[in-house]
Amino acid sequence: MEIRALTAIQLGEKIKQHELTAVDAVRYYLDRIAALEPVYHALITVEPEMALQHAAKVQQRIDAGVLTGPLAGIPLVLKDNLCVDGMRTTCGSKMLEHFTTAYTAGAVQNLEKAGAVILGKANMDEFAMGSTTETSYYGATKNPYDQERVAGGSSGGSCAAVALGECAFALGSDTGGSIRQPASHCGVVGMKPTYGTVSRYGLVAYASSLDQIGPVTDNVADCAVVLEAITSYDPKDSTSIKRDDTDFASALINDVRGMRIGIPRDYLADGIDNEIKEAILAAAELYRSLGACIEEFDLGLAEYAIPAYYVIASAEASSNLARFDGVKYGYRTGDYGGLHPMYKKTRSEGFGEEVKRRIMLGSFALSSGYYDAYYLKALQTRTMIKKAFDQAFEKYDLILGPTAPTTAPRLGESLMDPIKMYLRDIYTISANLAGLPAMSIPCGMSGDGLPIGLQLIGNCFEEKKMIRAAYTFEQTFGAAKPAPAMTETTMKEVNPA
Amino acid sequence: MNRKYMTVIGLEVHVELATKTKIFCGCSTQFGSAANTHTCPVCTGMPGSLPVLNKQVVEYAAAVGLATNCTITQYSQFDRKNYFYPDNPQGYQISQLYSPICRNGRVEIETENGKKDVRIHEIHMEEDAGKLIHDEREDTSLVDYNRSGVPLIEIVSEPDMRNAEEVIAYLEKLRLIIRYLGASDCKLQEGSMRADVNLSVCDAGSARFGTRTEMKNLNSFKAITRAIEGERARQIALIESGNKVIQETRRWDDHKEYSYAMRSKEDAQDYRYFPEPDLVPLIISNEWLDEIRAKQPELRDEKRIRYQEEYDLPDYDIDIITGSKHMADLFEATTAICHSPKKVSNWLMGETLRLLKEYEEDPEDIRFSPENLAKLIQLTDQNVINSTIAKEIFEVMYTEDIDPEKYAADHNLTTVSDTDALRTVIERVIADNSQSVTDYRNGKERAIGFLVGQTMKAMQGKADPGTVSRLLRELL
Amino acid sequence: MKHEISDETIEYIGILAKLELTDAQKEQAKRDMGSMLDYMDKLNELDTTEAEPMSHVFSAHNVFREDVVTNTDMRDAILQNAPQTKDGQFKVPVTI
Repeated sequence: MEIRALTAIQLGEKIKQHELTAVDAVRYYLDRIAALEPVYHALITVEPEMALQHAAKVQQRIDAGVLTGPLAGIPLVLKDNLCVDGMRTTCGSKMLEHFTTAYTAGAVQNLEKAGAVILGKANMDEFAMGSTTETSYYGATKNPYDQERVAGGSSGGSCAAVALGECAFALGSDTGGSIRQPASHCGVVGMKPTYGTVSRYGLVAYASSLDQIGPVTDNVADCAVVLEAITSYDPKDSTSIKRDDTDFASALINDVRGMRIGIPRDYLADGIDNEIKEAILAAAELYRSLGACIEEFDLGLAEYAIPAYYVIASAEASSNLARFDGVKYGYRTGDYGGLHPMYKKTRSEGFGEEVKRRIMLGSFALSSGYYDAYYLKALQTRTMIKKAFDQAFEKYDLILGPTAPTTAPRLGESLMDPIKMYLRDIYTISANLAGLPAMSIPCGMSGDGLPIGLQLIGNCFEEKKMIRAAYTFEQTFGAAKPAPAMTETTMKEVNPA
Repeated sequence: MNRKYMTVIGLEVHVELATKTKIFCGCSTQFGSAANTHTCPVCTGMPGSLPVLNKQVVEYAAAVGLATNCTITQYSQFDRKNYFYPDNPQGYQISQLYSPICRNGRVEIETENGKKDVRIHEIHMEEDAGKLIHDEREDTSLVDYNRSGVPLIEIVSEPDMRNAEEVIAYLEKLRLIIRYLGASDCKLQEGSMRADVNLSVCDAGSARFGTRTEMKNLNSFKAITRAIEGERARQIALIESGNKVIQETRRWDDHKEYSYAMRSKEDAQDYRYFPEPDLVPLIISNEWLDEIRAKQPELRDEKRIRYQEEYDLPDYDIDIITGSKHMADLFEATTAICHSPKKVSNWLMGETLRLLKEYEEDPEDIRFSPENLAKLIQLTDQNVINSTIAKEIFEVMYTEDIDPEKYAADHNLTTVSDTDALRTVIERVIADNSQSVTDYRNGKERAIGFLVGQTMKAMQGKADPGTVSRLLRELL
Repeated sequence: MKHEISDETIEYIGILAKLELTDAQKEQAKRDMGSMLDYMDKLNELDTTEAEPMSHVFSAHNVFREDVVTNTDMRDAILQNAPQTKDGQFKVPVTI
């Protein structure tokens, strides 16, 4: 059976109909992981035994009629900044190479309750700082469509794993586009929900006021189902929000008639690849043909989002990453005299270049004499950006644009110039600053065979409108062309029991 | 030339709040447990953990603010104070810089020079740090995070105090208020109340204060007094020798009676405060504030008035009893059982104060229960024991809180009320002391006292002296 | 580059952030920070006088726990990743 050709929902149905078991599904994916990982390196940790044992237990509960939901028995991978009790969590850093967490993240607990089975942990930029997964201490993840190119980042491992069929779905985290941008580069569906929708408890923080966990799937329906499963109010996360409109799968409706969709002019201006611009305009045309009202408008402030973001994110990161000091867990340098040399050597040896760069920038932005000029100014800019979105959503149900200005860059190309790398987040960052839900769905291929992502941004708490529009697009346009690894027939197939 | 100096002192007082759990997690705040047994991912700064505010902390902080005449900040937030130290597991302390919960308060203090107000600049909430102990043998430090995350309020005064006496009066006043509120036990030795002293000197009468230093590690009133004297002298010596006082933090060593600068190149004192993104803002509505106000227990001044009306005690007794929340509670609870306020007060004013002094203890340390004190009073009232025995029992009760009734029975201390047995003893005393008997019969009334004493001695104190005296007269 | 980052500034940030850089890394850090700060200066084009600083996305407030002990002893789990421990405590270089 071609398990990889099934959606997560379809796989769940087959398991419930006893066409195959959760253990079969786990074995299938473990085999694919074993075959593909040496080339693509989407994962940092794989836990075959844990996964098989867990799958066997889940299968018993499915057979007993206890687990009946759509994700029962479905194998997944987690971005390696999500904590699972008894499992290693590295955050893509040398700092946490041997760090095992003693508790499970709220979002992951929800998946476990739903019967999903964790296969392992996905590669990521170190502490989610990066746009290509190249800052990982464990090596870069290759793009499933072109091994010479990056998968995007920072959730590059999660997106590549889904595109490669190493798992049925994945979770990522998105601070400035870290789910959406790699999703666009890997031809998968990735969503960042409204801030506060998914508990951040157990997500190793990069920038607390921007971070949000979200699903990475190969189609919109799976995305809605996974989002529904991970969403919950968590009393352990003070920024978690009580919502009662979380039946996201109910928004899988193939109809956008009357929907008002705005396209920010500044999102199609300088710096965008022509092919991407064309793909986005074509998508807009498709929506128009399906009965949506499409209009270009001036959102403004896009160019200020990146500097504001980097000040805020770096400042929060400089504080969030202070806990990695060689005292309680993680790396400690082998050779030190007193306390302060221990701190300095531990952190200098344990963190990579990009992480250190952002910690230094953030420390500077918060330091005495600079707080008002940088940090406070950035927070004020954030208010203005939020206001600009509020005004836009008075006129539009959704905002449509590109996810990234280019397709996946070549390996090594982005690390040379930090600012150039930061500019790759230009379309995704604003949603984090304003707390808005946003998703990337495949909307075509470039001339050199790389996926292009379409970004939809919704108003706060309006994931359903976004899901409905994404689903409608997908129904008409079709899914992304699968990555080469998905169509190669050299893979061993499992025989149903 | 003999210059006259003025000392200017402001205090930063940290008080550990008496909550059951820590400020941001469900760990117990219990004191004295094995190292790191009251810890969790939150209070040890594990990656991915998040803080959730303990509501009781807000209520205690607001209650202290109200009782010290502060304005309660209705929209307040927490901020992160960033610095590296092993007792600070997250690399930042969650505190309040930009919008502390209370501002602009004052308390009235009274010293030999009369009454004055000390203004309170602000009160903010924050988390305590862990405990570091020095391992002498290996020359390393060991960290215990049981105390990490215990809720604190920091009460920052204006520089309104001028000498150690005022400082102590201010601290005693704060301590009394906070104990009345039940917000903390305020024990300096155990660290549940800690004071940092900001001190400067300038020419007497000068409108411009001098450069101040901040002194830490002061864990008794005596240490605070000595540190103030020592630091004042050090600063004056600096000025008189033509040097300048440097603004710095100093650590007081009470054994050496000297303070040391805590300077380090690695200690930039630039805390990079910014709003804590993991905690949402705190809004204290008028309704909530009214609720907190309504829950506010009776404070000392109200208690004084009530005691005058309700118990008819001398002002002196009232002052002493209400000077300690614990003693006042004990007084009220005991009186509620035995309905003899004056007798209860007498036990507190007399024997209790005497023993407190003897053991060098604080009224808050009183261990005996109101039930046992009431029982002791009742036993005396009913002549089951006499007053001398009662004092003996009380001494044991003071240290061990024994049940006086059981103790008297177990140790055979109850008064012998069997008159026949008593009569036999008295007859023997009369036979053995013929001289006193003669004296008595010759009209020397005083001799009866000696005979009562001899009888009590023979009875090992277990008789009612009134009964003994009556029987003696009968038999003579 | 408008922002010239001095050696002292880099040294100072190293103290704040507890990072130790080699001379070559310091030169790189000076260049990176300088160009990033130039970029951040773009924000000065914006008139933000009317804008309140937004430290939280939503207006949610007053999220509390009740004062009830919910955690039990989990010392072993807390200590399991420690580089060095002794007698149930974290061992660190001497702090006095």
